[in-house]
Amino acid sequence: MSYELVSGLETHIELSTDSKLFCLCSTRFGAEPNTLCCPVCLGHPGTLPVLNKQAVYLALMAGSALNCRVNLRSVMERKNYSYPDLPKAYQITQLSTPLCEDGYLELSSGKRIRITRIQVEEDAGKVVHTEDAFCVDYNRCGVPLIEIVSEPDISSVEEAKEYVEKLRILMRYIGVSDCKMQEGSMRCDVNVSLKKQGAETLGTRTEIKNMSSVSSIARAMEYEYARQKDILEKGGSVQRQTLRFDEAKGITIPMRSKEDAQDYRFFCEPDLQPVVLTQQEVEDVRHSMPMLPSEKEKIYTEQLGLTKSQAALLTKYRRISEFYDEAVKLCAEPQLAAGFITGQIFSLFATEGEKEEFSLRITPHSLAELCTLVQQKTISKNLAKVTLDKMLATGKRAEELITARDMQGISEEELMSLCQAALELNAPAVADFKNGKEKALMAFLGTVMRQSRGAADPERAKACLLKLLSNIN
Amino acid sequence: MGRIEYLHKLLKHRELSARELAKQYLDAIDRDNTALNAYVNVTREEALESAQKADEAFRKGEGVGLLTGIPMALKDNISTRGTETTCCSKILRGYKPLYDATAWSRLKAQGAVLLGKTNMDEFAMGSSCETSCFGPAHNPFDISRSTGGSSGGSAGAVAGNLAVYSLGSDTGGSVRQPAAFCGLVGLKPTYGAVSRSGLVAFASSLDQIGPMAQTVEDVAIVFDAIAGADPLDSTSSKTYVPQTFKNLNNDIKGKTIGIVPQLFSEVSSEVAQAVESALKTFEGMGINLVSIDIPEIHYALPAYHILACAEASSNLARYDGVRFGHRTGEGFASVNEMMIKTRSEGFSQEVKRRILMGTYVLSKGYCDAYYKKAQLLREGLSTAFEKAFEKCDAILAPTAPTTAFRTGTQLSPVEAYKADICTAPVNIAGVPAVSLCCGYSHHELPVGMQLIGRRFGEEAIMNLAYKFQQNTDFVRTADWGVRL
Repeated sequence: MSYELVSGLETHIELSTDSKLFCLCSTRFGAEPNTLCCPVCLGHPGTLPVLNKQAVYLALMAGSALNCRVNLRSVMERKNYSYPDLPKAYQITQLSTPLCEDGYLELSSGKRIRITRIQVEEDAGKVVHTEDAFCVDYNRCGVPLIEIVSEPDISSVEEAKEYVEKLRILMRYIGVSDCKMQEGSMRCDVNVSLKKQGAETLGTRTEIKNMSSVSSIARAMEYEYARQKDILEKGGSVQRQTLRFDEAKGITIPMRSKEDAQDYRFFCEPDLQPVVLTQQEVEDVRHSMPMLPSEKEKIYTEQLGLTKSQAALLTKYRRISEFYDEAVKLCAEPQLAAGFITGQIFSLFATEGEKEEFSLRITPHSLAELCTLVQQKTISKNLAKVTLDKMLATGKRAEELITARDMQGISEEELMSLCQAALELNAPAVADFKNGKEKALMAFLGTVMRQSRGAADPERAKACLLKLLSNIN
Repeated sequence: MGRIEYLHKLLKHRELSARELAKQYLDAIDRDNTALNAYVNVTREEALESAQKADEAFRKGEGVGLLTGIPMALKDNISTRGTETTCCSKILRGYKPLYDATAWSRLKAQGAVLLGKTNMDEFAMGSSCETSCFGPAHNPFDISRSTGGSSGGSAGAVAGNLAVYSLGSDTGGSVRQPAAFCGLVGLKPTYGAVSRSGLVAFASSLDQIGPMAQTVEDVAIVFDAIAGADPLDSTSSKTYVPQTFKNLNNDIKGKTIGIVPQLFSEVSSEVAQAVESALKTFEGMGINLVSIDIPEIHYALPAYHILACAEASSNLARYDGVRFGHRTGEGFASVNEMMIKTRSEGFSQEVKRRILMGTYVLSKGYCDAYYKKAQLLREGLSTAFEKAFEKCDAILAPTAPTTAFRTGTQLSPVEAYKADICTAPVNIAGVPAVSLCCGYSHHELPVGMQLIGRRFGEEAIMNLAYKFQQNTDFVRTADWGVRL
């Protein structure tokens, strides 16, 4: 019998605010332990939380990008549980009325993964076990998070991977979070259950906690699918459990079962007023957002004539997309500019991180200049490529790198002598050509281009070569 | 004239130095605090230092206000930077806050001289000051009797002339009831009128810091100084700037006082008589009286206990020995065991009882029956009070059902909780009330009454209280402490 995978994700994302959710401490990552704390985030007696409005606005942006409905009045609540990394012994979060509800994220297949809710909440500290001590670092305590809860609409590991990757790129793109999974600023809890092919009712689900990479999400889901399938095929039933994924062994391990599920005793946070937003504020936040990658992709393909894959590459990273938009504004060659970026420029960056960083020595303006030179046939495409390499290495503008000779191209006499030299260099190919092997022409052309360092116009060179060849008997 | 204005004149005219004044109080504390147990921590050095600063200010005639150089006391749940703030609980022994409570920092900025921290029921849970880990405070009018609570030490210190005024906190009556027991004036401000920043939370949605003193004028001066918006407290009013002191002498003729029979239901005849005669006094001053039923008051006390315990169970969960305060000695195998042992040792019976009750009423399956129902009752009561104030300008009621009881009286928890029966509805509704003395029992014990006002209507009730004080002769002082 075959089983379908049913999965929903709860994704925690740290918001890119300067200060924490309820105090003015910095949210910087990687500082010395317990140096970014104050009485408020340490839960000292008598301290009170004061809501960071910037966090609410960022959460609103996330909701907007995920097509959610916004609750103009949402409530902060206390989730009570005791652990040394949670100084107040409760987390301030949202349960009954989250900030955003009912959205979706569209996968490349067109399938929509529904978003149930987005809630604003605070992060906890970190427990560090050393050889002889139990230590707590409270730097992360109170860092603003959003939890994005999806419906169980994900039905394959591939979809889960795409969902997480898309969500990550989107959140980074709109500046809501840096989503650095390795630094814990994006973490997922994955719910997995199985149902018989075509069945209506869902099976019992397990929840794999705190996954911090796309590959481990995929591995854990695969393992959990196989484990549950095995149980079901043997006629057993899946226990409702909270699991963690052991990276080294590649297996899921139970943390706690339903029986000892915690009672969080939620109630309204009396220290905070409800979060009340005006429609105007919501609109203002929406207007302050950059155009979403999906909308931009459409413009790139439909209006600028880029290929789908080019458009996808250019919209994947916000800085690149903005660089491209700027360049296109200044020249009439959108396709040429796109080609330069996705070709030569992309090859400079080895990692995703570098692509995102997109630190370049040239400006959109100088790329536009280069494209214009090509468009006006002042230089050949080949010379442009060579020049771009130099520009990228030196940060100089095209005009500074192209010599007067390059700019004017090559004189008729020069071209003639270059062509002549090319034919002499490739004497055996001349014979081939004469014997009807027209491809041999490309060899001569290649030599001419090389010798002119790209300055020759290939069309003119071709014509010249043909003329010379016709003179040879 | 109140005590603050009187002393201010002496200081201003250099007939007395702030340092001499502070020394007199500190010496009196040395002498009398053993008997009264009002203070749990005397800040002698700091007091003399700030008195000296006050003297300099007077000499220069710069930055001097009514509160400059006036010796005062703070309840031990109000945070004082660098000075132990224990809530009279073993679990917070040794805890020194890193910051000042907003109310205290405002007084400090005016040159207040802090004599020390005062005794209280542990975490403000109690009405007798007997759950303090430092032992009970004693009533200056009869030291075999209770000061009331939870701000018992703040009341005892002022009534025993060991401070000119003090701050307490009122969650269900903790300023007003001890004020009543000790013949003082005590104000429970509107929820949101005074910042709670730095007040160690008991029940966050009910707690308010309030001043206590011997006269209405003194309370008005202190309240005006501590009230107002605070960016550190999101529940504090952003716009309220009360001027109760300026408005004490407004004409009250033609105003209407409401009498709510439900607030007299469990009250002793002695207390009822004193309050009724106060009503006659008011009538004689040209005040109209009107009877108003608020049947919801019957549910106020249980609702209060559910809400207060629920919030307390969450607020007190942070005392785990991990970061500050008491931690159990060696002899634990895990962090969990350390936290359990610390909490078992650090909290007294009463605090544990309330944590358990609060945890219970928030638990799955009980939350709807208790906590959510209590929330509805809170809304109902607030609306009922709002409606009542359409018919009157203030409500007059007893502050406590009895006068000061003897310390050590064995009461069941439910009986003990009844001490808050007249006061808790005011906290539930979030409105202000001022308690003041309206007579004395045949044991010569003060009887308190409270004037309850509209939200942010402190000016009106303080005005009425002042006029009553002017027309009566109930401001007496016990035979302890400083005689000026």
